[in-house]
Amino acid sequence: MTTMARTITVEGREIALDPEGYLVSLADWTPAVAEALASEEGRALSAAHWEVLTVLRDFYQRYEAAPAMRPLVKAVRQALGEEKGSSIYLMRLFPESPAKVGARLAGLPKPTNCL
Amino acid sequence: MQDDEAALAADTPIAPLDLLVILRHPPHGSSWLREGVDVALVAAAFGQSVGLLFQGDGVFALVEGQRAGPLGQKGTHAQLAMLEMYDIERLWVSASALRARGLTPADLMLPVQLLEADALERLVHAQPHTLLF
Repeated sequence: MTTMARTITVEGREIALDPEGYLVSLADWTPAVAEALASEEGRALSAAHWEVLTVLRDFYQRYEAAPAMRPLVKAVRQALGEEKGSSIYLMRLFPESPAKVGARLAGLPKPTNCL
Repeated sequence: MQDDEAALAADTPIAPLDLLVILRHPPHGSSWLREGVDVALVAAAFGQSVGLLFQGDGVFALVEGQRAGPLGQKGTHAQLAMLEMYDIERLWVSASALRARGLTPADLMLPVQLLEADALERLVHAQPHTLLF
């Protein structure tokens, strides 16, 4: 079981986060939650971020797992085209780690195959 | 796919991979199968070339419909469907294990290559790194 470390308040709801900042309950996710998590980290979500978050949520819907970097690049390439399906593009959008940061903002669990 | 098309001809050379994962447990009742596939996914995420060999009751994992059941446990269907996203495309199945369970390639959710005993032996011998689950 995931343990709760803290909560953030989004639109009057208390949202539980685990020690690494991922949602405790995936059902808590709304676009407003993503915005709140992003602004906490000092990120602003552009349309380019949102289309990647949508790819991530579709991936989870289909495969019941959050992707590591390589499959994320492949999924983005399939959904958004060659130009965006590159690690450089994703690193620019989500510095540090696109797979981990993206999964967190998309309300998915931490990618398990991503060390 | 016809059985004879899927079978590996006796003289087909089998190139060594970075890792071969052999799966011998059924998809439910234990976490062996999921753990084995997880290892394959981790290796592939690091850019290793990975192949999977389904033997014994492991072939049941490939049968259509292995989804989450009443217990809420994750099924293996989604996990195996994800293999292609990790570029794990070499999937081998023991032909005799399939036959012994009354299954044909048409019952399976992914395209696989069937291996008769001799080809299976050559495959395993050609691999420098094999993990058994």
